[in-house]
Amino acid sequence: MNKVTGEVDNNGFYGRFGGAYIPEMMYPNLKELENRYREITDSREFREEFTGLLRDYVGRPSPLYRAGRLSDYYNTNIFLKREDLNHTGAHKINNTVGQIILARHLGKKRIIAETGAGQHGVATATVCALTGTECVVYMGALDVARQQPNVERMKMLGATVVPVHSGNKTLKDATNEALRDWISNPCDTHYIIGSIVGPHPYPDIVTRFQSVISEEIKAQLEQHNGNPLPDAVIACVGGGSNAAGAFFHYLQHPEVELIAVEAAGHGVDSGESAATIALGRPGVLHGCLSVVMQDADGQITEPYSVSAGLDYPGIGPLFAHLHQKGRVNFQHATDREAMDAAFLLTQLEGIIPALESAHALAFLEKRKFTPDQTVVINLSGRGDKDMEAYLKYIKEHNGGKSHQ
Amino acid sequence: MNRLDALFKKKQKNILSLFFTAGYPDLQSTAEIIRAAEEAGADMIEAGMPFSDPVADGKTIQHSSEEALKNGINMNLYFEQVREGGKSIQQPVLFMGYFNQVLQYGPEKFCHACNDAGIDGFIIPDLPPDIFIREYRDIFHGAGLRSVFLITPDTTEERIHQLDDLATGFLYMVSSRSITGSRESFDASQEEYFKRVSSMNLKNPLIAGFGISNHATFATACQYAAGAIAGSGYIKALEKSRDIRVTTREFVTSLLSPEHI
Repeated sequence: MNKVTGEVDNNGFYGRFGGAYIPEMMYPNLKELENRYREITDSREFREEFTGLLRDYVGRPSPLYRAGRLSDYYNTNIFLKREDLNHTGAHKINNTVGQIILARHLGKKRIIAETGAGQHGVATATVCALTGTECVVYMGALDVARQQPNVERMKMLGATVVPVHSGNKTLKDATNEALRDWISNPCDTHYIIGSIVGPHPYPDIVTRFQSVISEEIKAQLEQHNGNPLPDAVIACVGGGSNAAGAFFHYLQHPEVELIAVEAAGHGVDSGESAATIALGRPGVLHGCLSVVMQDADGQITEPYSVSAGLDYPGIGPLFAHLHQKGRVNFQHATDREAMDAAFLLTQLEGIIPALESAHALAFLEKRKFTPDQTVVINLSGRGDKDMEAYLKYIKEHNGGKSHQ
Repeated sequence: MNRLDALFKKKQKNILSLFFTAGYPDLQSTAEIIRAAEEAGADMIEAGMPFSDPVADGKTIQHSSEEALKNGINMNLYFEQVREGGKSIQQPVLFMGYFNQVLQYGPEKFCHACNDAGIDGFIIPDLPPDIFIREYRDIFHGAGLRSVFLITPDTTEERIHQLDDLATGFLYMVSSRSITGSRESFDASQEEYFKRVSSMNLKNPLIAGFGISNHATFATACQYAAGAIAGSGYIKALEKSRDIRVTTREFVTSLLSPEHI
């Protein structure tokens, strides 16, 4: 049997998925990136600067914490990979640090990005402030309204936030607008995509920068358990960047079960969901062939999730491939299940997770792991940005469950 | 004979192509627009199938696409309407749309539907040449459809020659580094680029597009290219139109003659 790897082939594909389905206007930019990113990111100079910044600026390695009370509650061994403790509060900054250095090597003076919840926008604005680079962030007008604190953070960091009024005014539309900006400003601008989506080589670039997560988990688990391999790694998946990071170095170890949890919104069959693997089929969105949510005519349908970071109608082509190969087990959790999981973690461990990460935690309710098993959950971000949603949930559900 | 071939045989200069969004301004406008374009003197017609996420398009076409989808346009209706409008005219009619629609329809079925509707060729901006060659060329060219590829000011000479070898319809010379949308005039560097490409001895005709909205831009483009495509400017005119035939005639006249405002 062929081993499944996370490597992209020479044409920019993962199996049948991926590629660069882009108009000619974007070709010179992407070609330049494709020709140069490996050589740049593999260079010693780049590696030293990247790992140095991840250590001293981001705060890596992020801890791998054995969650004692959560483990007791589920009667198994649960480790949390604490990406929530990174500077800016999520895994997103691993990628933006890498890409800002890459942009400098490419001689680009202006940075653009898309953002949904604002985490990637903040992470991009942060590295632009750090390097004194002009930064424009496209954000759906609806998201601008519902994620005001992150909009203010980006502005304080010096970024220009452009509200996008087309389509449903959310992440998908922000991505369209960022791509349009890039078409119109090909010479001086680098586009920092926030997830493992978009045309080749972006999925590979972002996967590589995020793969530091599983590289660290391996070493840390070895120290804890004397064995780098857990029984399972669980991560939430929207576009898929935190999951790709948490799974990457385990792809070649078939004995490690990899579980990706999609956002089911109000339920996979409710018509209000963002579970792309459950509901989508192969199609082209934002420059790559992957699995996308669409109607019979190929018009992209609008996703829904309480978590803005998972509210995307596509998924990275790497995951479309890993799903097809059966290497990753795809599951989903509803808004409600994610909320309950967030309150449980908060009450048992004193950690308020991001709503995105709460979807991964919710899987613990669905599968009983045994006392001798080890499970790693990628806690991709912290919940500060989600306080409004959590407060609303408390009001509506009488304070949430108590697990004292 | 393929009507695109026939056109280029008959006419090598000042070819005017009109682009419109099917299903806009009204769901049933398509056939009327095609007939009006013929009557007004357009040489070629590009019928755009709207897509939910048109990354290569500016505000005008984004808006018309969104409205057309709300009006209820879909692939089957599109082919029906184009067949209805295009059956009795001499002008070539081209499909223009994004690749996902073709992929979901099924490339073979798509080609049959094009043949059936009398469509002469296609412009699919986000279907890149390498993937086209690997997977779709035989299907599309086998069905007799003429292929069109885009070139831009940043396309290298070597790549222009490759695209020229591949295309069987024409090369779509994108006027600037931009998405679609109107401009008042071209600057010196754009003219320089038109000139450079026009002197390359390409086998395909060059048709310029993006930013063609008035007589000045049309005439400048036609100095170097076999013709030019007007899209956003035409759609803007349709947006305010009370009578598609009158609007189309006025718009075409404004492009072709200098006296017209």
